[in-house]
Amino acid sequence: MRKIAHVIRKEFLQLKRDPRLLPVLFVTPVLQLLLMGYAANLDVRDIPTVVCDLDGTSASRGLVAEFFNSGYFSLKAQVPDTWGVDRCLDDGEASMAIVVGRGFADNLAAGEPARVQLLVDGSESQSATIGASYASMILSGHAQRIMLERLERLKPFGIRPVRVKPEVRVWYNPELKSRNFMVPGVLGLILMIMTMMLTAMAVVREKEAGTMEQLIVTPIRPLELITGKLLPFLIIGTIDVCLVLAVATLLFRVPLRGSVFLLFGMSLVFMLTTLGLGLFISTISRTQQQAMMTTVFFMMPMMLLSGFVFPIENMPKLFQAITFVIPLRYYFVIIRGIFLKGVGIPELWDQGLALLVFGLAILTLSVLRFRKKVG
Amino acid sequence: MNPKRVPVFYCLGAVVKKEFRQIGRDMRTLIFLVVMPGFLLLMFGFALNFDVKHVPLAVCDEDGSAASREFIGNFTHTEYFDLKYELSDPREIDRLLGEEKVRVALVIPRGFGADLAAGRGPAVQVLVDGANASSASTAAGAIGTIVQNDSVRMTTRLLRDRGLKSFGMPLASETRIWYNPELRSANFLVPGLMAFILMVILVISTAFSIVREKERGTMEQIMVSPIEPGELIVGKTVPYLIISLLSSHLVLLLGWVLFGVAIKGNYLLLLLTMTLFLIGGLGQGLLISTITRTQQVAFQLAILSTFLPTFILSGFVFPIRNMPPVIQAFTYLVPAKYFLVALRSIILKGAGIGAFWDQILCLAAFAVIMLGVSTLRMKRGKR
Repeated sequence: MRKIAHVIRKEFLQLKRDPRLLPVLFVTPVLQLLLMGYAANLDVRDIPTVVCDLDGTSASRGLVAEFFNSGYFSLKAQVPDTWGVDRCLDDGEASMAIVVGRGFADNLAAGEPARVQLLVDGSESQSATIGASYASMILSGHAQRIMLERLERLKPFGIRPVRVKPEVRVWYNPELKSRNFMVPGVLGLILMIMTMMLTAMAVVREKEAGTMEQLIVTPIRPLELITGKLLPFLIIGTIDVCLVLAVATLLFRVPLRGSVFLLFGMSLVFMLTTLGLGLFISTISRTQQQAMMTTVFFMMPMMLLSGFVFPIENMPKLFQAITFVIPLRYYFVIIRGIFLKGVGIPELWDQGLALLVFGLAILTLSVLRFRKKVG
Repeated sequence: MNPKRVPVFYCLGAVVKKEFRQIGRDMRTLIFLVVMPGFLLLMFGFALNFDVKHVPLAVCDEDGSAASREFIGNFTHTEYFDLKYELSDPREIDRLLGEEKVRVALVIPRGFGADLAAGRGPAVQVLVDGANASSASTAAGAIGTIVQNDSVRMTTRLLRDRGLKSFGMPLASETRIWYNPELRSANFLVPGLMAFILMVILVISTAFSIVREKERGTMEQIMVSPIEPGELIVGKTVPYLIISLLSSHLVLLLGWVLFGVAIKGNYLLLLLTMTLFLIGGLGQGLLISTITRTQQVAFQLAILSTFLPTFILSGFVFPIRNMPPVIQAFTYLVPAKYFLVALRSIILKGAGIGAFWDQILCLAAFAVIMLGVSTLRMKRGKR
């Protein structure tokens, strides 16, 4: 135990020696969460929209007004012809266009289909999908209303409209704020980046500086050395968790419905996996440069395939299988579950177990690799 | 001889040659730099998409009539929803939503069919897991549209059964998606992934170039040589620029061959934009290298300044216009933002320089500032 304490002290001394390191360790996580938490927002509101009303009647204006009353669209320009629509979309001035065909009102009155065209800029396909789905909801709502008005006239004949009223209830996040989903995600990403980055350098730095030989000839055992090297980072990681949790709940007001202790416990287990991965990278790299490249090589797929923004269920089967070896995947389910759904151990034990198994496996692997090198 | 008299290109050439030799010695790094962007694009291009389709659905049909089954069919016959569970007890929905087994649940109350026939307008309950707000709102939009269209269709059928002239659908709407007609995620992802992957690789490829010499003590040797700081910075940039031009063309080629993202616009314009972006990214790495003293801190700054900022602030996934004004101001510091706008214009829209000259200007300014400040920092160190 005393030997481990010595290694820990040495690591902390080394961390203290570079004055630029401390702000990096404690200020940047908070700063990043602040910036990214506000920025990572997929709420689609005020989609810039251009209107080309070729009919210009009260019926067409009524339809157009419905779009802008919904709050999803904001009027950027009104153009007299479709050329203007082309220009607005090309310049990126608007990302959606509503074109009401000539004779819209006449067709409605005659019971003929009245023409409306929606043009959506698909180059930002995420918001385009959402925008198009809002638009089609508004259009079908409008169509239904017209239908009902017509049926009103048939009431004396005993015909009543056939309709189903959907009562949509949104659980866990009733205002559909994407921030509530994104902030816990950003928190997980920051935690992964910070802890992996620190440990990836831990062993390889000593190799490059040539101090590894000195450590090896001391009576310290590989396991003790590694424990001593990892514990400081675990402590730093835990402090970071406290800091970012405070920002997430106090500033971003993400509801924390589950147990804080469970969240801490699971975060510790999660850090086992990231520290283990960092250590593993450190043992397979010769120089710090290689360690950095390898870290990036691991971190990018972990970030994008973890379900942070891109839903795992939409991935091809092969990639869905790959996501099972990404610890962040489990941590996201845990952290979002505890934050938003207020679920506990009965729902999350399997995710936690997966993290634990992964963490222990990668740590064992690193210690073995390390030992082989020493021997 | 006055050391200042040594011809410019002689020193520059020497630095470039030395860098190349050093890169060549570490094969793992070289392979990473050339192949990794292409490999990552390959992986992400196939894996990622944003489509809200195949949302797992649970149905609890308490009515069990022909009408309720027909109503459920509206949901299961689209590709938006995958029917995963048919429940007899609505209380099971709690558990399924909590464990993320389903995202949407439908409850059809007893008497649905009778109410529908009598024109009483029965209600159905739709429960949506709102945790992922964006896919939840797309799903909710799809549900609303499906239900409303169903009502219109049933009314039309009723009228026809009574021998009345059917009204037909009152509106004929047509939605056209421009620039990306099939709303293919690849068209949207490939430019974004290019900007993201390249930016990270660029910065990390130069982030160590100077600080490593400082840490190893070889910096002093360079300092006493007749090399000017500017030459050193340019000499360190050129080899990586050549490598990254190679790797970015590999990425473009993969995007075209595998994902069908062809370049609609002018290739030379693309090359210009890309080169400026590459220099800017490499310059950012060099700047980090000049202001740090240890590789460890340089590594951390390189990762922290590229990973999340490029992913989140560049407009790749999260629309910039949704961000609060203060955060929008920060996005101007992210070169990938300019590159992404230009890239989408050239590749997807085939637009001319008129549509994005300002982006090119910003990229150029970023490159000049990064290299300039690095040179100044080096000069101060030399004195």
